[in-house]
Amino acid sequence: MNAAGEGRPGEEPLAVERAFREERAAVLATLIRHVGDFQLAEDAVQDAFAAAVATWPRDGVPSNPGAWITTAARRRAIDRLRRTRSLADRTDRLAELVRLDLQEHRSVTEDSLIADDRLRLIFTCCHPALAMPARVALTLRTLGGLTTAEVAHAFVVSEPTMGKRIVRAKRKIADAHIPYRVPSDDELPDRLGGVLRVVYLIFSEGYSASAGDRLVRGELCGEAIRLGRLLYRLMPDEAEVGGLLALVLLHDARRAARVDAEGGYVALDQQDRSRWDQGRIREGLQALDRTVRLRRPGQYQLQAAITALHIQASDANATDWARIAALYGALVKLSPSPVVELNRAAAVGFASGPDAGLELLEPLLGNAGLERYQPLHATHAELLRRAGDLAGARRAYERAIELSANAVERSELERRLHTLNPS
Amino acid sequence: MPKYMLLLYRDEPSPQEREERASELPLWVQFNESLRDAGLLISGDPLHPPDAATTVRVRSEETEILDGPFAVTKEYLVGYYLLECADLDEALKQAARVPLARYGSVEVRPVVDLGPPATAGEEAAAAP
Repeated sequence: MNAAGEGRPGEEPLAVERAFREERAAVLATLIRHVGDFQLAEDAVQDAFAAAVATWPRDGVPSNPGAWITTAARRRAIDRLRRTRSLADRTDRLAELVRLDLQEHRSVTEDSLIADDRLRLIFTCCHPALAMPARVALTLRTLGGLTTAEVAHAFVVSEPTMGKRIVRAKRKIADAHIPYRVPSDDELPDRLGGVLRVVYLIFSEGYSASAGDRLVRGELCGEAIRLGRLLYRLMPDEAEVGGLLALVLLHDARRAARVDAEGGYVALDQQDRSRWDQGRIREGLQALDRTVRLRRPGQYQLQAAITALHIQASDANATDWARIAALYGALVKLSPSPVVELNRAAAVGFASGPDAGLELLEPLLGNAGLERYQPLHATHAELLRRAGDLAGARRAYERAIELSANAVERSELERRLHTLNPS
Repeated sequence: MPKYMLLLYRDEPSPQEREERASELPLWVQFNESLRDAGLLISGDPLHPPDAATTVRVRSEETEILDGPFAVTKEYLVGYYLLECADLDEALKQAARVPLARYGSVEVRPVVDLGPPATAGEEAAAAP
């Protein structure tokens, strides 16, 4: 399995696939900067991979597949630029490309520009002038290694619909001149927040067990982690970048344990902890530790810290609920939402007793947005049961069962309801 | 440099609000001057309300003239700016500075670039 091997038969398709996964985004990002045109660059990179598929089996896998693809893509771009008559500045672009093509060694400036190319590309794909579904699709398509069909599958839309969404986004980038650059310092916090939100959405789409093919969903989690790692490597001193990476890693560590042999959902306190991925946990905790030391708290860091406390408990009963409740308190202040308030009420219920939890939960019962939210009623039922109000608990369980869309979840709620009956 | 049309929309103001808006005039003067100083402004004007609009259509060689706007909407076009900006970020930044943005909406539309006028050399030769 050596990419630099001498092309043993059967290895070439694998080598092309690996190069596609590992190098495509970087090659594309640099070429976009050189040609100043998203679509042209993408077509040229596509041509280069097609050429690899055609020639590597015959000539063997080159010793540096990435460099081979870069050169091939640049030459295809030159060909395409020569044929395109509509680009007003094509002469300058061509001259620059030809100069790069003749150059044997890259200059220092070019090296440092290349390091930032993928960052530029992320900020362009996640530009606030693009609607969120377009940002997510474009990021997955250009920075991840996913095909349009795979992105469509993951978001449960048809391939033509997803194709149109991506094409429209690319056309808007070109027509509206959405810039290809990392935002200036004064815009950065805002814009970076938008980028992190895209990565987080990709992850949660993959993590949520609501619908779709589990394999493709695992793929989405993998892409989100790759993007998180890339951002962390490129912007190590942005606290929320590390926070988000820690969050997705610590969640993903438990992905396998969330599903039982029958494909049913397994709640955190019932999970087989030996099935948690220790490598992911180590990497996540490392990122979290380093990030917390920057002393700039944010919502992703807080959520990651809460997840870390759950993971670090030797078993569900040893969970440090007091600290978790305090972290939820901070999260409510930083990014308030009814769901965060509900989680806080549940944590306080474990840390300081059911009455304290009920005091925080009861105001949420009147919230129209949460009215049909099953976890609200399930949490309410648990707190009432522990506070000794069995009649109230019964009503809340019944409501939760009514709202439950998942058979495994429903049977667990029914089991709890039945334990209320004096035998 | 790309050009952008900023289309300013708002709904019909109440008489009281109309008075309030009139006191905003210095803000507009200041904004216009800053655009001019930055070399971004190509043109920009307020428009009379849709009451003053006339819509023209030619169908089968017949010219139809209609009293009123093309489409009656709650929010209507009250003015525009034509700007020359480095990129969309610059245009969006300026759009957010339009005094009306705080109570109306500013639509930013990139202007189609038809390229340099085909007068000399290659371009002229390439023209059909």
